[in-house]
Amino acid sequence: MRTTLSWLTELAPFGVAPSDSAAVADMAATLADLGMIPESVERVGSAIEGVVVARVEEVDAIPGADRIRRVVVDAGTKVEVVCGASNFAQGDLVALAPVGAVLPGADGPLERRRMKGVTSNGMLCSPVELGLWEDRGGLLVLPAGAAEVGMPLASVPGLGPDVLFDLEIQANRPDALSVAGVARDLAARVSVAFGRAGSGSPSTAGGAAGARGVDRSTVVGRPGEALSWGDVTVSVEDASLCPRLTAQLLTGVRQRPSLPTVARRLHLCGMRPISNVVDASNYVMLELGQPTHPYDFDRLPGGGITARAARVGEQIETLDGVTRVLGVGPMPDCVIAAADGTPVGVAGVMGGASSEISPSTSRVLLEAAYFDPRSISATARRLGLRSEASARFERGCDPWGLEAAVSRFCQLLGRPDAEPGQPGSNASSPASWDQSGGTPLLDITGDVPRATRIRVRLERVEQVLGLPVERDRMATLLEPMGFSVSDLLHEPEHGQEVEPGPRRAGGGAATAPRSTVEVTVPSWRPDTSREVDVAEEVARQWGYGKISPLQRRPVQVGRLSPLQRTRRAVRRAMVGLGASEVWTPTLLAAGEHKKAGMATVVELKVANPLVAEEAVLRSSLLPGLLACMARNLSRGHDELRMFEVGHVFAPPAAGSSLPEEADVAALLLARESDGAEEAVRSWRALAHALVLTDASVEADQKAGLHPGRSASLFSAGVHVGSVGEVDPAVAEAFGLASRRLGWLQLDVGRLACVPPHTGPLLLPSRFPPAEFDLSFAVDDSVPAETVQRTLARAAGPWSAGVALFDVYRGQRVQAGSRGLAFRLRFVAPDHTLDERELADLRRSCVQAVEQEHPATLRT
Amino acid sequence: MDRSQDHTGQDQAPGEGEPGEGEPGSVVGAIEQAALAAILRAGTLDELDAVVVDATGKRSSLADLQRQLSERSAGSRPAWGKALQQARRTLGEAAERRRTELAAAQRAERSVAERMDLTEVLPAPLPGQLHPVTQTWEELEDIFTGMGFVVAEGPEVEDDWHNFTALNMPANHPARDGQDSFYLEMGEPESVLLRTQTSPVQIRLMESQPPPIWAVSPGRVYRRDTPDASHLAAFHQIEALVVDRGISFAHLAGTISTFTKAFFGPSVRSRLRPAYFPFTEPSAEFDISCTLCGGDGCRSCGGVGWLELGGSGMVDPAVFQAVGLDPEEWSGFAFGFGIDRCAAMRWGIPDIRLLVDNDARFLSQF
Repeated sequence: MRTTLSWLTELAPFGVAPSDSAAVADMAATLADLGMIPESVERVGSAIEGVVVARVEEVDAIPGADRIRRVVVDAGTKVEVVCGASNFAQGDLVALAPVGAVLPGADGPLERRRMKGVTSNGMLCSPVELGLWEDRGGLLVLPAGAAEVGMPLASVPGLGPDVLFDLEIQANRPDALSVAGVARDLAARVSVAFGRAGSGSPSTAGGAAGARGVDRSTVVGRPGEALSWGDVTVSVEDASLCPRLTAQLLTGVRQRPSLPTVARRLHLCGMRPISNVVDASNYVMLELGQPTHPYDFDRLPGGGITARAARVGEQIETLDGVTRVLGVGPMPDCVIAAADGTPVGVAGVMGGASSEISPSTSRVLLEAAYFDPRSISATARRLGLRSEASARFERGCDPWGLEAAVSRFCQLLGRPDAEPGQPGSNASSPASWDQSGGTPLLDITGDVPRATRIRVRLERVEQVLGLPVERDRMATLLEPMGFSVSDLLHEPEHGQEVEPGPRRAGGGAATAPRSTVEVTVPSWRPDTSREVDVAEEVARQWGYGKISPLQRRPVQVGRLSPLQRTRRAVRRAMVGLGASEVWTPTLLAAGEHKKAGMATVVELKVANPLVAEEAVLRSSLLPGLLACMARNLSRGHDELRMFEVGHVFAPPAAGSSLPEEADVAALLLARESDGAEEAVRSWRALAHALVLTDASVEADQKAGLHPGRSASLFSAGVHVGSVGEVDPAVAEAFGLASRRLGWLQLDVGRLACVPPHTGPLLLPSRFPPAEFDLSFAVDDSVPAETVQRTLARAAGPWSAGVALFDVYRGQRVQAGSRGLAFRLRFVAPDHTLDERELADLRRSCVQAVEQEHPATLRT
Repeated sequence: MDRSQDHTGQDQAPGEGEPGEGEPGSVVGAIEQAALAAILRAGTLDELDAVVVDATGKRSSLADLQRQLSERSAGSRPAWGKALQQARRTLGEAAERRRTELAAAQRAERSVAERMDLTEVLPAPLPGQLHPVTQTWEELEDIFTGMGFVVAEGPEVEDDWHNFTALNMPANHPARDGQDSFYLEMGEPESVLLRTQTSPVQIRLMESQPPPIWAVSPGRVYRRDTPDASHLAAFHQIEALVVDRGISFAHLAGTISTFTKAFFGPSVRSRLRPAYFPFTEPSAEFDISCTLCGGDGCRSCGGVGWLELGGSGMVDPAVFQAVGLDPEEWSGFAFGFGIDRCAAMRWGIPDIRLLVDNDARFLSQF
């Protein structure tokens, strides 16, 4: 939301000069503290220094030139210039940039030039050349009486230095999407009176807080009935979409450029000045927050408008030239139709091209309405058409602010040559429309939200805010914003209808407790409907920063859960293995699992992916890590190990509506010497670091892994992951054909659930250890780890470790088996093991292996 | 050989029938001179050891004379004894001096021989490192657990109820528009989605346990936005939730102040300013004073001296009602912010997309 300092100041006397940087900065800080954050604060208007107001005295053709003319202007002294524009006449007030002036965007000072034998001692300027606003129609022509000849252009009201604020307005504050709304909050905070000088407070114009202002210029009807006045008929067919519709016909309208003040403010606030009629509608919207729509009455077939739901598939060409299809969404669209049924506008979103104001328009029907915010929101979203109007309607405009908007529109249009700087202020110039013709305001009002009254317990507000809030403080803070705070005569029961009570003076047994008040919310504040909303308003006006922070701590001890501690331990162990942590996308391209060898995975699809590469939920970290590795190798980074910890997804379990999620850690090893063996070593290192109980590796086939080099991992009998080498075909598919890739994947959630190691501790012995080696020829069907486990069991209580130290394959063992050599170490806590004891141990270990497995001792 | 062992010589007087001829001084002196010369000639510690054994060992001339001592006359014995003792002491001292010299020389020689250029060591693989987002995430967890919070987590795929409806964002609520969601082809259309915020964890917490609740929930969240230098479609948030008796906005302000000082540094100030979120009332955005300029205004903070960090507020009564808690009995606050953004601020990462580019060289710096 953009606004200028001069516009704000017109609505409340803030007394801040544009040149006073400190005061402007203060104002910006106050706006931020009120929740209206200045995204930028810009000083504007200093670039037109040197340019003066001049009156056109003579206009002559130059022989031999078609496009330029000789003009003599009076700028205090007579100045002769050459000019290419044609939108002016003798006697008009124009802007002269004399020789030496520097125009916005110019390379240097203006120089004297000679064209076709005529000397040009300066330049007559257009609004564009002056950096004022977009208008390609020619020179800036000031209204008669708007300025004195010879005065600096910057001194012309509306064209002088100003400050432009671009404010971020919160989604629940439609009222603050207007200059008046911003000024109202700010005025309340800095304790100045809000309201345009001499015209009453805009905050109450049109019936604040639900009190409708009805006067002779309004004719009221009900939804469902046609309200006619002369040629004009207004009706509401669907009052749930359009609870209130008003319209007024203006006849004899003369179109002309807007006042400099209006044009400049519109330009600064991001809108293009077009003509007095269109500009007035936009100006009212920016100033009061109420969108209005002017129709060319003579292009409304049947004369008049009606608000109704769009028929299914109904089409309309909007002002932007796009044909829109309506009535096809889940919620009905509201359209404005002409009396003959032709749609002439998407209500609250954008008007139709067919009834657009044109330069020849002389009868204007102005519409001001209150639409259902949800309907406008749904329609704007479905059409992908967010307009300044829809942005306001969907947040909720003031249903009782329509009269004020129409009245302001008429006022702006009424006095085109009004005293400059005060758009629409009192002046005796002719109006742009025939005020004796047209119609009064035709007003159809259905079920429109009424003022909200809220019972507020002061104690509760104090509890929520941690700030003492007395009744008077609350009133002082809220009432300048249009709220009213009154005492309750009796404490009402919960849910009971409350009536405003008279103000109570002094204490007494018969009066209500001081602790509860009734707050009446102004109609432009749909965000405030509950006690806690009032608490927020109190805090906002008081200032969040003025609430003293309080410290408090819980009784509980803050700590990580077993899962979180396990995850950290896994991460650190993987870092210790030389791996870098990465974050790969949760979403993969469809078919990416298949590419990674997981052809049977049920891919969980995203209904509305942003890009095709991210369209299904990952069921494994493998595809993401392979792609990540390939990308790094292509960048010339080599000798890499990477790991990731994240969620993977599987279809919902029976009885659940959400996918299964697992917290998984995966390690991809891609150094020159990496492969399945390094992956197993990594598992052992992790099992050691995490002190896993009975960690074991069992041959198993895993999708995506080398069928002959993959295994499942267990701890204490719990399946906790898999290990192996990436299937060479998969590696090739990801552009990693040239190397063996080790892979380790762990389910962190399951690891965290593995029962902790509870066996007896091995205490250091002061007696020396003894060791011997055993070498077996073992059938290939028996995993080495199984033999090792047998040995560990047979070694008994004095065992201090069983380690595989050599594997032999060759002629000295029978085909189909291999030699496995183990080193067994023993130590007793209470004596030195003697030869006989060691021989016994050796015998029982050999016996156990030979009896339990197809294995023989090698000698 | 230790001289002290030979020091217990018998102090007998010299007697008759003495072996050998000559005066003790000259006989022993000659032996001593020869031995001294040999000690000085020894070029290595091993040679020195051999010389010492030759001169003072059991088969040495001095040992022979020592053994003959008892055969000396009582009159000459003390003189012989004294001379022998003197010689052993002299030789011992000389050997020790020589030993020191030789050891020093040997060390010097070895030092030269074994000299290395310690900068020519070849590199070996280094440990890896945690992702900067993880480092930030864990530090935040540590700060909050230190403040007494527990860490709660929830699913990344959520249902409409937990992500929106229970958070006071019923269907068609305009606030949903600001959080464009990835929906799954699952169940009813638009009923299952990748969570747009970590707030659904709050709902799950309140549904699953009675207050008091003091918890933070970090996690990955998703928005259907085209990534740019400051936005990712998948990013990480951490959110704090407190539900207890008598919690006020002042406690929210105090907690945010404590946390921001702990994370960003003791000189960092925080401020709350009015904002709108459907699930909190009153609501506030919270800013910290710019970590670069300290609040004076610089390019990093757009000249305003403050950096916007996250959203916060008092838990809206409608949220309490959605999970069956009585807003008259319980009150609480919540606040949340982006972990990735904190990481980017901490290390001055200019484009947040670098965090998911996973470039090994880039990541190796953290």
